[in-house]
Amino acid sequence: MAASEGLSALNVDETQSRSWLDHMHDWVTTVDHKKLGILYIGSGLLFFVLGGLEASLMRAQLAVPANDLIDPKEFNRLFTMHGTTMVFLVGMPIVTGFGNYLIPLLIGARDMAFPRLNAWGFWMFFFGGLVLYLSYFASMGLYGAGTAPDVGWFAYSPLTGRAFSRGNATDYWILGILLSGFGSMSGAINMVTTSITMRCPGMTMRRLPLFVWMMLVVSFLMLLALPVLTAAQVMLLFDRFLGAHFFDTQAGGDAVLWQHFFWFFGHPEVYILIIPGFAYASEIIPVFSRKVIFGYVTMVAASISIGLVALGVWAHHMFTVGMGRGLNIWFALITMVVGIPTGIKIFNWIATMYGGKIRFKVPMLFSIAFIGQFLIAGLTGIMLSGAPFDWQLSDSYFVVAHFHYVLIGGLLFTVFGACYFWFPKMFGWMMSEVIGRWHFVLFFIGFHLTFTTMHIQGLLGMPRRIYTYEPDRGWAIWNAITSAGVALQGLGILCFFLAIFMAFKQKKPAGPDPWDAWTLEWTTSSPPPEYNFLTLPVVRSRRPLWDEKHPEDPDWKHE
Amino acid sequence: MSEAVIQPMEGSRWNRGRVGMACLIFGESMFFSIFVVAYLFYVGKSDHGPQPAQVLEFPYLATACLLSSSITAGYAVRSLGRFEYLRSILSLALTILLGASFIAFTGIEWYGLIYEHGLTLGTNLFGTTFYSLVGFHAAHVIIGLLMLSLIWVLLLLKHVKAEHAERFELVTWYWHFVDAVWIVVFTVVYIIGV
Repeated sequence: MAASEGLSALNVDETQSRSWLDHMHDWVTTVDHKKLGILYIGSGLLFFVLGGLEASLMRAQLAVPANDLIDPKEFNRLFTMHGTTMVFLVGMPIVTGFGNYLIPLLIGARDMAFPRLNAWGFWMFFFGGLVLYLSYFASMGLYGAGTAPDVGWFAYSPLTGRAFSRGNATDYWILGILLSGFGSMSGAINMVTTSITMRCPGMTMRRLPLFVWMMLVVSFLMLLALPVLTAAQVMLLFDRFLGAHFFDTQAGGDAVLWQHFFWFFGHPEVYILIIPGFAYASEIIPVFSRKVIFGYVTMVAASISIGLVALGVWAHHMFTVGMGRGLNIWFALITMVVGIPTGIKIFNWIATMYGGKIRFKVPMLFSIAFIGQFLIAGLTGIMLSGAPFDWQLSDSYFVVAHFHYVLIGGLLFTVFGACYFWFPKMFGWMMSEVIGRWHFVLFFIGFHLTFTTMHIQGLLGMPRRIYTYEPDRGWAIWNAITSAGVALQGLGILCFFLAIFMAFKQKKPAGPDPWDAWTLEWTTSSPPPEYNFLTLPVVRSRRPLWDEKHPEDPDWKHE
Repeated sequence: MSEAVIQPMEGSRWNRGRVGMACLIFGESMFFSIFVVAYLFYVGKSDHGPQPAQVLEFPYLATACLLSSSITAGYAVRSLGRFEYLRSILSLALTILLGASFIAFTGIEWYGLIYEHGLTLGTNLFGTTFYSLVGFHAAHVIIGLLMLSLIWVLLLLKHVKAEHAERFELVTWYWHFVDAVWIVVFTVVYIIGV
């Protein structure tokens, strides 16, 4: 330990004498999983700000009825870019980024299995994202054709055909997502290979941290779902450029086939985004409850079964296209089955906290909020799984509220928790607890103002993706509250960036193990040296650092 | 568990090359299955233009070439592992030759379809699904051929040696996968589809 700290101190001296350009060169050419992880998370946050600004513009437009702040065409572009950005350029890189940073550290490895492939994947993702945003500047040309894509994030056919999407905006959507998809594929290959083959001595599958188990399930889903989207997008490119007829209804092509392909990717994608949230919560909650995770084996089993069930539920996004009674019943039933393994997880997190000495630090606050909000998201999900209920509320603000509860109330809250939890490890400085609490409170209140009220607009019949509405619909007050919540969320996000800024400014040292945690990443210095571990650790239980701290009562005696 | 069991992970059957390649193949097979599904979904739905039964002939020779190339590829790997360089070079050359003839047969088939029957990607649903499925498979064969040819050249230059047999084996995994995809493709296109 002392030796590794000495070495990292040497590195610090060396870096201070180097120019700004040298640092940039380091970051651009790096193949280190930790730097790539930070690059992934950082660029995810960059796109998060863009996606958030797009959402804020839409909410400003909808705050009052009959508003003309934004014209309808621009509104279409905003919700398309917002959805695409948040799913592909925010969710995916942040998820991959934490996986990249933490998997080698958690399993006692010195890097990912394929470091160069890792770097390639990041740059594919990053330039894919830039291609998408390039559309704002580059896709003009044809008179009357738009700038950014405006076909919705699921780009339903035949709207995406040449006849209805003129110009090249839709092509930017296809190519940008296609490129970033290659990046995510290589990331998934890397994460699976690393978790299976690079484990340190003694790190059996039964001792693998839950984070790594869940990222394994996520990577499996990525390998399974992303090529499906890639294939469908290639078909769409063929339709648009080579005159093929995959989704061309005029030549007998089937528009619903696109929906099946898209959602066969799209539903696993939802789990690709939410299971990492489970992963962060499963590492944070035990540490701040001072207890081992309750039901390790059932957690793993529940994660795997969520991954498997995820393959059979895609058409619950399509109840309104008229699939027929048999398919409706099947997809409604399987969708409800998802509630069982996720319910098991929620009980396990609560049971972990039960009787624990809970420390309400910022990461824990976000994780506790996550449990409650994710439960609500799951309940509205079960409501929507009933096909007749869905016929009534599909494409309404109820659905918008539901999936924002999943992706913000579920994923984003745990991502913030994970940022506060692992930031000290990544940079060596503590984040301010006070600013963090402000962030949590503002964001929590803002989130509920925005998305809890959205359920009501939906029940009152407000469809999604409309750019304005008449004053006499009775939606005005709810929309005003929804938009007001966005301001609070924005303040919360500002606190988050302020906390990061202050952490670098105040430089409050974190030390190797600020949270008194138990997994291997906390045995290294903060930030860890480039090689992670001077000597490869040897693991005898699920909590190797506990064993080291408590030689009188190690875990491996009880497991 | 009273005493913790410590097992080293080194030297396991599933090293990183194998797991990585298996993952790539898994992802690729998902990519192909979507084109297979699209093909099956649109069988018999073309309302004009040539139909599969009118224009397709079962590609006996091409299939024979590609399937046998898997055997020669496997033999090339085994020979390399046993320090039998000449056998490895010859059987790899045969593999590349068989793969190239498969591409040649596909070319002849497509030439006939395009110039005699007027079937292109844009003609009808059959053309759309046929060319994209068979074409993506052929593209994968070409990628495999490029990789095998590279290894062949390096074998001739004696840069690839017996200790590289396992890496060579990984490339042949990809080749076997392309072969397996062809079994699915000809079942779907030339047996079920006609």
